[in-house]
Amino acid sequence: MLKFIVKRLFWMIPSLFAVSFLAFVLIQLPPGDFVTTYIATLASSNEVIDQNTAAQLRERFGLDQPMLFQYLKWIWGIISRGDFGMSFEWQQPVSGLIWERMALTLVLALASLIATWAIALPIGVYSAVKKYSIGDYAFTAFTFFGLSIPSFLLALVLMYVAAVEFGADVGGLFSQEYETASWSIGKMYDLLTHIWLPVAILAVSSTASLIRVMRANMLDELPKPYVTTARAKGLSEFRLLVKYPLRIALNPFISTIAWLLPNLISGSVVVAIVLNLPTAAPLLLQSLMAQDMYLAGAFVLLICALTLIGSLISDILLALVDPRIRLE
Amino acid sequence: MTDILSITPRPPGIKPLLEVKNLVTEFPLRTGIFKAVNDISFAIEPGKTLCVVGESGSGKSVTARSILQIVDQPGRIASGSIVLNTKDGKSLDLAKLDPRGKAIRAVRGRDISMIFQEPMSSLSPVHTVGDQITEVLRLHLNMSKAEARKEAAELLRQVEIPNPEQALDRYAFQYSGGMRQRAMIAMALACKPQLLIADEPTTALDVTTQAEILDLIKRLQQTTGMAVLFITHDMGVVAQIADDVLVMHHGVVKEYGPVDQIFHTPQDPYTKMLIGSVLKLEQKAEIRLARPPLDTSAEPILDIRNLSMHFGEMKALNDVSISLLPGETLGIVGESGSGKTTMGRSIMRLYEPTGGEMHYRKANGQTVDLAKLEGAELKAARRELRMVFQDPFGSLNPRMTVAQVIGEPLLVNGILKGKALDEKVCHLMEQVGLDPAGRERYPHAFSGGQRQRIGIARAITLNPRIIVADEATSALDVSVRFQVLDLLMRLQDELKLAYIFISHDIGVIRYMCDRVGVMYRGKLVEVGEAEKVCNNPDHAYTQALISAIPRPDPRDRDRSRRFRYVEPAHTDTSNVKNGSSAR
Repeated sequence: MLKFIVKRLFWMIPSLFAVSFLAFVLIQLPPGDFVTTYIATLASSNEVIDQNTAAQLRERFGLDQPMLFQYLKWIWGIISRGDFGMSFEWQQPVSGLIWERMALTLVLALASLIATWAIALPIGVYSAVKKYSIGDYAFTAFTFFGLSIPSFLLALVLMYVAAVEFGADVGGLFSQEYETASWSIGKMYDLLTHIWLPVAILAVSSTASLIRVMRANMLDELPKPYVTTARAKGLSEFRLLVKYPLRIALNPFISTIAWLLPNLISGSVVVAIVLNLPTAAPLLLQSLMAQDMYLAGAFVLLICALTLIGSLISDILLALVDPRIRLE
Repeated sequence: MTDILSITPRPPGIKPLLEVKNLVTEFPLRTGIFKAVNDISFAIEPGKTLCVVGESGSGKSVTARSILQIVDQPGRIASGSIVLNTKDGKSLDLAKLDPRGKAIRAVRGRDISMIFQEPMSSLSPVHTVGDQITEVLRLHLNMSKAEARKEAAELLRQVEIPNPEQALDRYAFQYSGGMRQRAMIAMALACKPQLLIADEPTTALDVTTQAEILDLIKRLQQTTGMAVLFITHDMGVVAQIADDVLVMHHGVVKEYGPVDQIFHTPQDPYTKMLIGSVLKLEQKAEIRLARPPLDTSAEPILDIRNLSMHFGEMKALNDVSISLLPGETLGIVGESGSGKTTMGRSIMRLYEPTGGEMHYRKANGQTVDLAKLEGAELKAARRELRMVFQDPFGSLNPRMTVAQVIGEPLLVNGILKGKALDEKVCHLMEQVGLDPAGRERYPHAFSGGQRQRIGIARAITLNPRIIVADEATSALDVSVRFQVLDLLMRLQDELKLAYIFISHDIGVIRYMCDRVGVMYRGKLVEVGEAEKVCNNPDHAYTQALISAIPRPDPRDRDRSRRFRYVEPAHTDTSNVKNGSSAR
């Protein structure tokens, strides 16, 4: 087991290099660079920058050097000093920018994950056990609605309803007075009053698909002979459901951790923009559009690392909970 | 029905342990109601064994499950009574209880417990065996964790599992098949039930393991005084263990009586057919008796020399040499894991043998080594060697019509198409006894026996010279089994085929084969005339194997002749399946 983990960790290194290099190249593929974008932005407000200033800017950002050199310089900074470079656009260190947003991203993602599982798993089990009952059909109808409504639309509608009908303050995760304030009880409470809307929106679509997956998993397990064995022992229906089929039907969910982690950053971009949430996703989009390459590159590297770590964690967890994998 | 109930004279005042009267269990279907069990009545006396025997679809399993109210959805008990008379004199009608209720749950696992056919899938794959046994102890006897664990270890010792303390912490997949069934039995016996329901508990096991499990149940029955309701399709097992027998067919009782009466003076034609089919396997097939003796001086059509097939450390085939004469039926017999299926597949080159030669003599007298053929030559050879598989359900593509299944070999080899192909398919279907009118239907519309005929038709499409039949009749009911065996022999006469007939069933081998090879752990331990090997074998393993087969005569229950084969001194562990077997 330990050998397996060390081997997997070792293989992560070349993958990370390959992905970071590719990301770097891809970000630079569109014609122009950050300076061109910058000039274009200034031009729209009637400020004109001459060729000389542009060249100076390029020199300052190191954009006049060959791409490979830029990449090596960036990677060396990361390895030797943990320095991810400066964001051109924000004129701040990339690492600071990212970490600032990660905390809230994490809170939002965990909250919607917990909401999703808490709603979806019981409903999925219920749907499977009471297959083709009225309740099952009702939940099935709900899941199809949930799956087919685009989440940004739901976000717009819910925002409208909350703001116009109930006068709630929507958009963002904080009220204005707390936006820049430091953490306090008041700010926590303020966060709670804001977070329910994005959590509800994000949970709806993933709840819908999770209910379907859970129902299918349970339906696979329910007719298995070991369930009948447990019933023949005299266990109550609830106890046997929880102990046997549910336990095994949950295993596939552990493998979903592999894509939960990268989703922290890149998931739900549209919803985050619509609701003006201070999470990582809009920042990633902005950095890509502005060709803010160190910031974008750092994000891509982070997503890649989280994917690899996520799949390693899910493999280890799977081996821990399923003796068939652990022992054979 | 009441006259049937009084078959065993009982002293007045003593009630039977379980009394089933006019039980009807039905499954609502879209097209109406299907009565899986239709008005059956029987009684089980304390300490006695009642065997319920019948073919697939007879309703025997549903009967057993009705008693505990664990019939699969949407089945339910429609009418009738199931009265349990407990030791303390109370009577309880199980049929009236709510299937989810407390009352029936108190009976399950405590008064009546159950073991099932497939011991692997009947145990949870992610809970230790100990966990699953202690659960029932804690549930019904309110034991503490430590007490339950101690008791569970004792139970495992009782069912003769070595090192019970360690065995408790193992998982079901780390047990061998026989061990799993022993663990199941230990679990069922945990609360010392008055009735054990055993639903085909030995069907998935090898004969030697089956004999041990049957012995174990008998011994436990004698020490605990429990009654056993034993469900099986195997008349040999019935003859060995039953006190009373209930013969079922299509949900109704065909015959009910003491075992001796059922076997020696059967009344019902269906019972007679069942017993006849078992007795038939005691001798050679009539078709074979009518044949002229085989020309043993002929050059072998297939000569296998030192064939080996290793999967990593495991030697599935270890230096096997055997030859097949033209027109001969060569049986390969062995228990699970003996390498008999590997041998069939290696001959077909579905596996790449690790070593050895397989000389195949073509129709023009030229010989080729099948083990080394490549490309077009291998393709050509495969037309002349065909295979019939065990599972008539899994081996036919459900999305192809029967005509497509049978005609595919002709089509892909570019031999026939269009109308000519259609005619050939019709002809082939007639040859295997199927109505060509059904050729546009899909496999699911056919019964198990018919599907196996489709598989045979597909195998003979290209006029092969050798057919490898891997457990071709194992999944079939006895009444159908003979039809398929007889069909195979008729085709052999018509098409001059040579068969390699792989089976675990000595009876089928005796009925069908000229010569037999006995396999044990990847080695061929004995080869000889079928008659000799089946009745008077030389090798100790074959003797043990034959001794374990239950004799279909209740008057011949001498178990002392049975013995277990122990491999001589050099223990070769490399053949243990997955290296995880407990034995």
